[in-house]
Amino acid sequence: MVGQLLSVEGVTKAYPGVVANDTVSFTVAPGEVHALLGENGAGKSTLVKMIYGLVRPDSGKMVWMGDAYEPATPNAARATGVAMVFQHFSLFEALNVAENVALGMEYPPPMGQLAQKIKEVSEAYGLPLDPVRLVGELSAGERQRVEIIRCLLQDPKLLIMDEPTSVLTPQEVEILFTTLRKLSAEGTAILYISHKLEEIRSLCQGATVLRLGKVVGTCDPREKSARELAELMVGQTLHIPIREASELGDVTLELTGLSVASNNPFGTSLKDVSLSLQAGEIVGIGGVAGNGQDELLASLSGESLTTADSVKLKGAAIGHLGPNQRRELGLLTAPEERLGHAAAPDMSLTENAALTGTIRENLARNGFIQWHSAKEFAERIISDFDVRTPGPDNAARSLSGGNLQKFVIGREVLQRPDVLVVNQPTWGVDASAAADIRQSLLDLAAKGAAVICISQDLDELMEISDRFAALNEGRLTPTRPAKGLTVDEIGLMMGGAHDMEVSHVEA
Amino acid sequence: MLRLEKRPSPSKMWTALTPLLAVVLTMIAGGIMFAMLGKDPVEAIRIIFWDPLFHEQFAAYSRPQLLVKAGPLILIAIGLSLGFRANIWNIGAEGQYIIGAICGAAVGLAFYPSESFLIFPMMVIVGGLGGWAWAMIPAILRTKFNTNEILVSLLLVYVAEQLLASMSLGLLRNPEGMGFPGSRNFRDFPAAFNQEIIAGSGMHWGVVVAFIAVIFSYVLLSRHMLGFQIRVAGQSPKAARFSGVNPKRMILFCLGTAGGLAGLAGLFEVSGPAGQISIDFNSGYGFTAIIVAFLGRLHPVGILLAGLLMALTYIGGELAQLMLGLPGAAIQAFQGMLLFFLLAVDVLSNFRIKFTRTEAA
Repeated sequence: MVGQLLSVEGVTKAYPGVVANDTVSFTVAPGEVHALLGENGAGKSTLVKMIYGLVRPDSGKMVWMGDAYEPATPNAARATGVAMVFQHFSLFEALNVAENVALGMEYPPPMGQLAQKIKEVSEAYGLPLDPVRLVGELSAGERQRVEIIRCLLQDPKLLIMDEPTSVLTPQEVEILFTTLRKLSAEGTAILYISHKLEEIRSLCQGATVLRLGKVVGTCDPREKSARELAELMVGQTLHIPIREASELGDVTLELTGLSVASNNPFGTSLKDVSLSLQAGEIVGIGGVAGNGQDELLASLSGESLTTADSVKLKGAAIGHLGPNQRRELGLLTAPEERLGHAAAPDMSLTENAALTGTIRENLARNGFIQWHSAKEFAERIISDFDVRTPGPDNAARSLSGGNLQKFVIGREVLQRPDVLVVNQPTWGVDASAAADIRQSLLDLAAKGAAVICISQDLDELMEISDRFAALNEGRLTPTRPAKGLTVDEIGLMMGGAHDMEVSHVEA
Repeated sequence: MLRLEKRPSPSKMWTALTPLLAVVLTMIAGGIMFAMLGKDPVEAIRIIFWDPLFHEQFAAYSRPQLLVKAGPLILIAIGLSLGFRANIWNIGAEGQYIIGAICGAAVGLAFYPSESFLIFPMMVIVGGLGGWAWAMIPAILRTKFNTNEILVSLLLVYVAEQLLASMSLGLLRNPEGMGFPGSRNFRDFPAAFNQEIIAGSGMHWGVVVAFIAVIFSYVLLSRHMLGFQIRVAGQSPKAARFSGVNPKRMILFCLGTAGGLAGLAGLFEVSGPAGQISIDFNSGYGFTAIIVAFLGRLHPVGILLAGLLMALTYIGGELAQLMLGLPGAAIQAFQGMLLFFLLAVDVLSNFRIKFTRTEAA
């Protein structure tokens, strides 16, 4: 294997009950942008954690430029020349950029020098960043730059990036890709983890596809179609959600001038959000994470209350009503965080079915819960939505992310909502479960319900929504028909150039 | 090498077994401690756990004491367990117990020497209300100003103790008591006396109410919407809010109920076993009930058993002090071990132990 930077040879890592990596082999050449492709749970994270020295393989070996490579700690990996940008940032919001970078270094230089160096590197790679700004004030994209620059200062030979674009607008993704291409041209290899196929096709020169811990294929992603890659990843022919054109009904949900302060000190307040929704349509709401998505869901679910008139359901003012009163009237919601918000982790599925279902499914009589009815309801969700679990007595936390998400969405869909609001309905869900969930939302709309789908997955929004709007710093853009919207236009809507965008439409 | 591995679902078997395991471990560790103090460990353990119930000489006296001591512990612990399940930490049951006793006793004493049968029920109601009102102070401060209910309820215990001292020296002092501190004794006031329902059994009205509270709490938690909401609130506050639980109402309900039950316990104690308001009327039931609540895994039936067990160690401990000359502190350490081991083995219900070979580094 001469000429390879890193080669992984037959590496196996087993956790109790699951083999995360089963004799995985692949190689990365210097300067190559190599994709690790696979669904959630395919073993991508475990694999890079071994390369980064966080996890030790059970068997197999790794070779770095011809020598055996067995990093015992991330420090050892960094010393060799491996750097990693994690999906979840490890930054202190109350410190500034330079201080955050210094915290990650073993021997940080004096602050002034470091700031200077950050400036140089950030300009050299087209990642503008002011070293004295507080991280708490930065957008997700800028925070990612801090992480990347922290890595670049180590002058790595291999840069690992775990799902880097999930928090970026399309324009920010372009900037990131320019940087990555420049790094690659300078000889830095990049190991790029993602399940976004178009990105991989435009960026990577090689790809290793993992499924259930095993390598199922290597290919040059530039020569494959996104669909071929997806089927390689999933291992079956993908079922693409079908939508039937349906007639739109009356206006069911109307938001006018909705302003809500966030409960969270680093959250985003909603500012003057207006939206009207007709029966039978799906409105997709995009936007980079942390721009008011959680707050919008909370103000619709009734977890945060507003003036009565700013939320109207079928003409009735409901902004001042709590979650259960809204459920009674037909407005149901499914929050993003499955464990701990949409479901109580240690409670059984039966109990979790009763969590939101008592009112519309008549699970309580005189305040006493009818557990047998709740169990029947849970069983109905499990069978109708193909939730893989031994039974309704199992705790919510024992389910995989995709199965629990199917349960949560199923619980709300089966209650026959007039309006359903979902936030990130397929986040971290495998492709076939995601397709099922999207299909159930389409079916619900076809039956005459109105659906709001808040998501950061633009492909998902384009696939299912009739109209599209974006949240940006707590403001909602006017909606536009989803059909025919280009990625550039979406990017502008997400990036906040509202006026530009409107004149653009009118022109 | 030992390693802990999280179970996908909590183990039902271990949830039931850990309290028993904790008792066994406490007996072993306590036995070692007693041996180091120069006493025969087997005998000490026997005196604590066996003799109070079956010793031919002492049992006649100590057996009824079991219910007398367990009654207030169970009653208070049931109230506390509701709050603890919802992550609402009332540490001040001792204060609510004192205030309940003062209020209820005051109402009774105000009507001395009436013989109306309404007096005792009225005392019960006012006693409960007194405890409730005392618990409402941390509850309202928490809901209005977001103060920490742990600190407020705890500090109010010391306020209540001062009130108790002042009452037994002033307002409620027995006018015929020749200047001694302490109120009239309810034993001399039949209409207000909480007497044994079955003579020699220790069963008084407080014990009956404690048993009723166990049943109510069981039904509430397993069948009723409110109990379900309490459980959700404790496990996951966000999920609770999403399912429509009003957190403020939850705080008011949990603290209020705990206070009310502690107040009742105080009233039954002052009008029965204690007999009078005195400076040292309170004996730590409100704090011990915290241990009882956890020892019983916040489950009503568990609390019932834990209350009886705790009462047993109290009576047995006294007996051991008497018969073996064990120091009181050793008995307290022994009771403390019980909670310590319970919390330690608690891990087993959510984790399993795995033996792994050490990897060659």
